[in-house]
Amino acid sequence: MDFKTFLFYLFATILVVSGLRVITARNPVHAVLFLVLAFFNAAGIWLLLAAEYLAITLLVVYVGAVMVLFLFVVMMLDINLESIRRGFWHHLPFGTAIGLLMVAEMATVLGGRYFDADILPAPAIAPGYSNVKELGRVLYTEYAYPFELASVILLVAIIAAVTLTLRKRKDTKALNSSVQLAVKRNDRIRIVRMAAEKEQGE
Amino acid sequence: MDALLQPFQTFFGPYWIVVWTLLKVVGVVAPLLVLVAYTTVGERRILGMMHIRLGPNRVGPFGVLQPIADGVKLMFKEVIIPSAADKWLYFLGPIVAMTVAMTAWSIVPFYDHGWVLANVDAGVLLYLAITSFGVYGVIIAGWASNSKYAFLGAMRAAAQMVSYEVAMGLALICVLMISNSLNLTDIVRVQQHGLFASWGVNFLSWNWLPLLPMFAVFLISGVAETNRAPFDVVEGESEIVAGHMIEYSGMGFALFFLAEYANMALVSAMTALFFLGGWSSPFGFLPDGFFWLALKILAGLFFFIWLRATFPRYRYDQIMRLGWKVFVPICLVWILVVGLWMLSPYNIWK
Repeated sequence: MDFKTFLFYLFATILVVSGLRVITARNPVHAVLFLVLAFFNAAGIWLLLAAEYLAITLLVVYVGAVMVLFLFVVMMLDINLESIRRGFWHHLPFGTAIGLLMVAEMATVLGGRYFDADILPAPAIAPGYSNVKELGRVLYTEYAYPFELASVILLVAIIAAVTLTLRKRKDTKALNSSVQLAVKRNDRIRIVRMAAEKEQGE
Repeated sequence: MDALLQPFQTFFGPYWIVVWTLLKVVGVVAPLLVLVAYTTVGERRILGMMHIRLGPNRVGPFGVLQPIADGVKLMFKEVIIPSAADKWLYFLGPIVAMTVAMTAWSIVPFYDHGWVLANVDAGVLLYLAITSFGVYGVIIAGWASNSKYAFLGAMRAAAQMVSYEVAMGLALICVLMISNSLNLTDIVRVQQHGLFASWGVNFLSWNWLPLLPMFAVFLISGVAETNRAPFDVVEGESEIVAGHMIEYSGMGFALFFLAEYANMALVSAMTALFFLGGWSSPFGFLPDGFFWLALKILAGLFFFIWLRATFPRYRYDQIMRLGWKVFVPICLVWILVVGLWMLSPYNIWK
């Protein structure tokens, strides 16, 4: 077993164990942190496949941003585990069916080589090959329109999400920064000239 | 150098690369820790100078032994664990903060010709990835302490650090566009050429001049990202005492403290690499060298301390406004400007 294989098994073991802990952890915050660990190990496996851009993007997007906000929300929720666990036996058959379906799909993909479906040979990596450059070239030349479409759809999604949660409250106290910055000294204070000593009353 | 290392290389055989890499790691981390330790005393001395008072000058000549005294004191303090704290995460928090602050230094090129621990092709991406983990140390610590103040600090940190990462990433896009590479060594090399460099005034060829707004955005976002004054509402001692650090004592607190200073040095180093020419000398007749990068890092650290002595703390809504409503639009406009500039006949980065 060479070092690469050892690394793969190391990452894969931690990935599977932390994935299991995500669904078995009693504390939701622990579950989220195990999910972060799972992302790290998935990124490690992608690095082994020489997909450095995807691996780092997984870390930047999911670990760096999405999971932080996730953690943010989960920490503030008052989750009652009893009420969540109540429906366990009721939902079990449905969940099992979905799980088995995913296992079957993965098996077909991964077992493809046993059915002579070797249509995806390992790419030969030339020296000086840059993962990022290649992905950028494909994304911005061949798939420019799908890429732009995706970005427009995302923009629509952002606007929709903002409008859904936007409620005008009457009792909020908002500050207008430009008004604040435009304030001059004379708007705020009045200088009263006074003698330093009291006048001697006679 | 190679002849000198030859006997060790034969002694360790195939494990030589592991030993050599570990030695290089020590070679980066040890000076970094010394720098961090002396930044803490430097900060107090400089603040003292700016406040027209003395600052710590009792321990050793001019107070140079102060960090050692502080370190010994912190090491011998009792580590207190709140009884309702989540024990594992409580200790994980400071460890994460420190680890992240140290790890990012692996991609910093100190000089040309491979003076870098990991010459990563996608170095900029890796930098953004590693620094975005820094917030976990704060959040985990804030939650695990099981204290209201610590939790408030963690919430503030999460919102602030994620917001300013957006502006930082967008500012770096401009740098990537003109240097045509994600590798930090290449980014510095690109800045060594240009019209001004051929005249001998190299410092005008660095990225800070054509990307002046991005330089400002990156530097200020860096200050916000490290939770330093005037963006230190995360600690906000007047309202939430010390934020996420409130329940920590002894070395737990020390790790957070050191991580903050290591992050300051990192932001200074990255600003130097992206915008101030890294190890290049400002004038053509002076030789390039690690010395210049060190000088730029120290200047960056001084800037951090100077800011702290100058500005009062921002209000929370002002921080969010600056990040989202000012920096992000500036970045988006400047990306467009740089893009058009590169397409025009006046492109200076060919």
